[in-house]
Amino acid sequence: MKVPVSWLRQYVDLPEDLSTVELAARLTAFDLKLEEIESSGISGPLVVGRVLNLVKEEQKNGKTINWCRVDVGAHNDASVPDAPGDDVPSRGIICGAHNFVEGDLVVVSLPGTVLPALGFEIGARKTYGHVSDGMICSGAELGVPGDADGIIVLNPGSAQPGDDAIALLGLGEEVLDLEVNPDRAYALSLRGVARDAAIAFGVPFHDPAALEAVTVATDGPGAYPVVVEDPTACPVFAALTVTGIDPSVPTPAWLAQRIQLAGMRSISLAVDVTNYVMLELGFPIHGYDRSRLRGPLVVRRAADGEKLTTLDGVTRVLTSDDALVTDDRGPVGLGGVMGGQEVEMTPATTDVVIEAAVWTAPMIARTARTQRLSSEAAKRNERGVDPTLPARAVRRVADLLVEYGGGTLAEGLTLIGEAPVRADIVLRADLPARVTGVEIDTVAAVEALEANGCAVEVDHEWLTVTPPPWRSDLTDPYDVVEEVLRVVGYDRVPSILPVAPAGRGLTKAQRLRRRVGTVLAGEGLVEVKTFPFAGTADWDRMGLAPDDVRRRQVMLENPLSAEEPGMSTTLLAGLLRSLVLNIGRGHPDVHITETGRVFLPRGGDAEAPIYGVDRRPTPDELATLDAALPHQPYHVGIVMSGERVRSGWAGAGRPAQWADAVAVVQHLASTLHVDVEVRQAQQAPWHPGRCAAIVLADEVIGHAGELHPRVLKAYGLPARVVAAEVDLDALIAASPEIGTRPDFSSFPVAKEDLALVVDVSVPAGDVQAALAAASPLIESARLFDVYTGEQVPEGKKSLAFALRLRAPDRTLTDEDIRTAREAALATAGAATGATLRA
Amino acid sequence: MSAPNSSYDPVEVTPLRSDEVERMRDEALAAIAAAVTPDDLQKVRVEHVGDRSPIALANREIGALQPQARKEAGQRVGQARGAINQALAARTAEVEAAEEERALVTEAVDVTLPWDVSPVGARHPVTTLSEHIADIFVAMGWEIAEGPEVEAEWLNFDALNLGPDHPARTMQDTFWVTPERAAMVLRTHTSPVQARTMLTRQPPIYVACPGRVFRTDELDATHSPVFHQVEGLAIDEGLSMAHLKGTLDHFAQAIYGDGMTTRFRPSYFPFTEPSAEMDLLCYVCHDEPDAVADCRTCKGEGWVEWGGCGVVNPRVLIACGVDPERYSGFAFGIGIDRTITSRYDIADLRDLFDGDIRFTEPFGVEL
Repeated sequence: MKVPVSWLRQYVDLPEDLSTVELAARLTAFDLKLEEIESSGISGPLVVGRVLNLVKEEQKNGKTINWCRVDVGAHNDASVPDAPGDDVPSRGIICGAHNFVEGDLVVVSLPGTVLPALGFEIGARKTYGHVSDGMICSGAELGVPGDADGIIVLNPGSAQPGDDAIALLGLGEEVLDLEVNPDRAYALSLRGVARDAAIAFGVPFHDPAALEAVTVATDGPGAYPVVVEDPTACPVFAALTVTGIDPSVPTPAWLAQRIQLAGMRSISLAVDVTNYVMLELGFPIHGYDRSRLRGPLVVRRAADGEKLTTLDGVTRVLTSDDALVTDDRGPVGLGGVMGGQEVEMTPATTDVVIEAAVWTAPMIARTARTQRLSSEAAKRNERGVDPTLPARAVRRVADLLVEYGGGTLAEGLTLIGEAPVRADIVLRADLPARVTGVEIDTVAAVEALEANGCAVEVDHEWLTVTPPPWRSDLTDPYDVVEEVLRVVGYDRVPSILPVAPAGRGLTKAQRLRRRVGTVLAGEGLVEVKTFPFAGTADWDRMGLAPDDVRRRQVMLENPLSAEEPGMSTTLLAGLLRSLVLNIGRGHPDVHITETGRVFLPRGGDAEAPIYGVDRRPTPDELATLDAALPHQPYHVGIVMSGERVRSGWAGAGRPAQWADAVAVVQHLASTLHVDVEVRQAQQAPWHPGRCAAIVLADEVIGHAGELHPRVLKAYGLPARVVAAEVDLDALIAASPEIGTRPDFSSFPVAKEDLALVVDVSVPAGDVQAALAAASPLIESARLFDVYTGEQVPEGKKSLAFALRLRAPDRTLTDEDIRTAREAALATAGAATGATLRA
Repeated sequence: MSAPNSSYDPVEVTPLRSDEVERMRDEALAAIAAAVTPDDLQKVRVEHVGDRSPIALANREIGALQPQARKEAGQRVGQARGAINQALAARTAEVEAAEEERALVTEAVDVTLPWDVSPVGARHPVTTLSEHIADIFVAMGWEIAEGPEVEAEWLNFDALNLGPDHPARTMQDTFWVTPERAAMVLRTHTSPVQARTMLTRQPPIYVACPGRVFRTDELDATHSPVFHQVEGLAIDEGLSMAHLKGTLDHFAQAIYGDGMTTRFRPSYFPFTEPSAEMDLLCYVCHDEPDAVADCRTCKGEGWVEWGGCGVVNPRVLIACGVDPERYSGFAFGIGIDRTITSRYDIADLRDLFDGDIRFTEPFGVEL
């Protein structure tokens, strides 16, 4: 809400010497938060001039300039004798613009003027062979709305040469731009802000709405016929007609200036006046061109699919949630939101029907939302207006049209319905003190509430508060508490640290996610945070099959980008984008990780129920709600590119390879004391021959390995990027409450090497698993060599394992060792067809 | 060795003559003294100490002497061998020390050579700050609560006193899940976690809820559609706004140090009443008169905006099944990303989210 300070001062007796900064600070403490103080920043001799003489001079550069003599009244200076018409007191000024003629009133910045738009002080300077003793100003130079490129030409007779143009154009005005919270509808008006300023400074307030409500009889002969078919949508409707407005009369400068300072455009007298009164009283007003109306105005709900072209030129398809004002031909306005184009007031309008109506706030909010139309009217109506104002608001508009437009007030006010009666609020007198922790006694509370316009009855421990009509937000006892505290002062709230009961610390999942984060950093991975949005383009680049389940996303109604219309089902989408960015910025070796949720839709059309708010939903109802939400597990994603061990003076390094990705996942699993199994797998976007499935209790919970060359090409990434993604929630859920028990023997170890020959297709992991399980004496079986070649038959490979054998209770005998070795061979043979290498 | 003294006649045995023994000893000592390397010493050991050394051979001759001569010869040889062994041990120690010294010199390296073969990891400051904040509240006995990011409309709005037509709903710039009748949103704040906590636990409740939230703001230097908050909720008997202020002051001091404080300005949130914006005393200039004017962090205000807070609206308590006659509570929320950009003087919020590793790396694993 933009509040010109001089306008505000009209309604509140603020101290003369009060600075705008102090005023804003107090209003901020009153919940009218200052966004900024706007001012033109213009200073110096900016005056009105009359162009006496204008000579066009063509220049060598092809431009034509105007060599002018300008009468600037008391500021005239005859010291420049070479100009045309130098016999008249005036100044000589060069001007390059051409939208003015001799006799026009213009705005002249004399030497010494500072115009922030130009960034320097105006001085007399020699140009185009003359001394230009000032500058004729354009709208852009002064920062005023209108024809920005051209010279400002003032209305004839609106000022005299030499007049101070800063005052004339309102350029000395300071404007408070206040952030008005949704509960303070009343503050979307000069009336409301002035009232708060009056409370804040303890000075008198002059209510602009305190005018004689009705000086014309209701339902007189000139009253425009109105039928309200749906009083629930529109409880109060007032209309008043003014005829014979002179369409040629411009808006008075002061009025145009005020609405412009308040951020609205000046259009025509009739339109400007309705906007002026809306700003003044906070009550939206609509004016119809009476000559274009046919028959009575009817207020009703729209039929589903009914259409109306609003005055912003948009044809809107409506529903029965929307209220309409219609005439005999159909809709003429979207009730409380925006008028229709058909019956809009034009610069030729002479007869106006002025409407001020109370609309049901939630209905307006819904219409504004579904139509995506946040008009000035809707903004006020959806928050709630003062329902006692309609008759006075139309009267105020009519008075201004009569006064400035030469119109005639028609006999008869239309007034249908009346302001609904507000419920009283009953609260304990000590509630403000209990809620705020500030010592506020009953007297102070009552004083604060009465200052806000409430009527208060005190009955022992109880207060009965009748809120004023402009405070539709005051409904609950706690609302009353806030009003009291606002006056008492938020700065009076003391500071007391509450003592919470002893807590149980972080949950297991919270603790383990932290561990995982530390382990990932220890693995040399840099954590990134990417946006969890993705779409078909990502899936295509990742080479996901058309029926890949990861293409099924939680979609958004209003995504920011059509490329990423839904929630991501994998962290790799964001990580690969981040990798592309890093490599594009010249980092050759990038090891990044992200821990975050992925979003996996439930089957079918899941709908989350909307419950009432008058009670707690039952546990079953909450379970139903949760079951509708998509599954959102935490995943860990990893992408590595470039060297995992960097080359340097000590020798060649080593590029990241598929096994690094697997190893990080295994490190995570072991950190959480979870046994995962690695299986050969094929899964996009990984290389079909270099992809490991991470398996937990026979469930695949992730994959790791090298990415498919086609995927890397699609992303424009270098070869051999490796990646992993694993379901962290699954790992954490599997993590035992008590970690792995230390279990080792202090008896001597026996070492046996075993070279086995298997088919090349046999996974080494299977052989290893068989060996490890073959005998309780086998402490570990570590693969130390893989060989294919002449020494083994075609289609076979040799796997060499180092076995460590140990018993918990004795030193092994040769017989023990032989037995264990044979068991290992037999088990591996049975499981994988392994034979002892010859 | 001389010929066996088979006759057992007392004879003079040449190697046992004292001058012979002295010569053998002196030769050995000279050789020991001349040894420089471990190899030299090994050679000396073989030639002058070993089984076939002259002195060892002489020793064997002692048995051939007449009994009355053995003692003297034995002493003579024994003393010589003792001197040799002692000299050898001493020289061995010297040579080994010198050898070690030489090795250490030749093995010296340039320790300024960079050893940067392993990548160094780092954690995102949003993560580490969230954990730090969690620790502060856990230390106060609070617990950390979490909830889903795709959330039911009812929990994100209705339960928090944001009815279907509440004007604040449009303020929130919500991402809606398709189809709209699914009644799900990307949570616009972590407040639904507070609602979930009240719905599933009995007071007293003291929880902090850090998490990722979403609004439909286009990404620019100061706005992001995805950002992070931490909210706090306390529900207990007799809680007032004063307890809210006490908690926030303590929180501010735990993060920014002693002497920090907060201040309240009136504001509006549907889920709290009264509501307040909270400002944090500028942690750079502390609003000190001689520093505040030039302070870039607070732009001369002395205070920086920190978040919103208030007393939990009884309507929220009712929707969440908490008896407002018995219990009251307070809630607050601050932006984690903004805390980071402000504290580390990061001009562009986008740096937090575009994934450039150079942003995260300097933060290491702890703020």
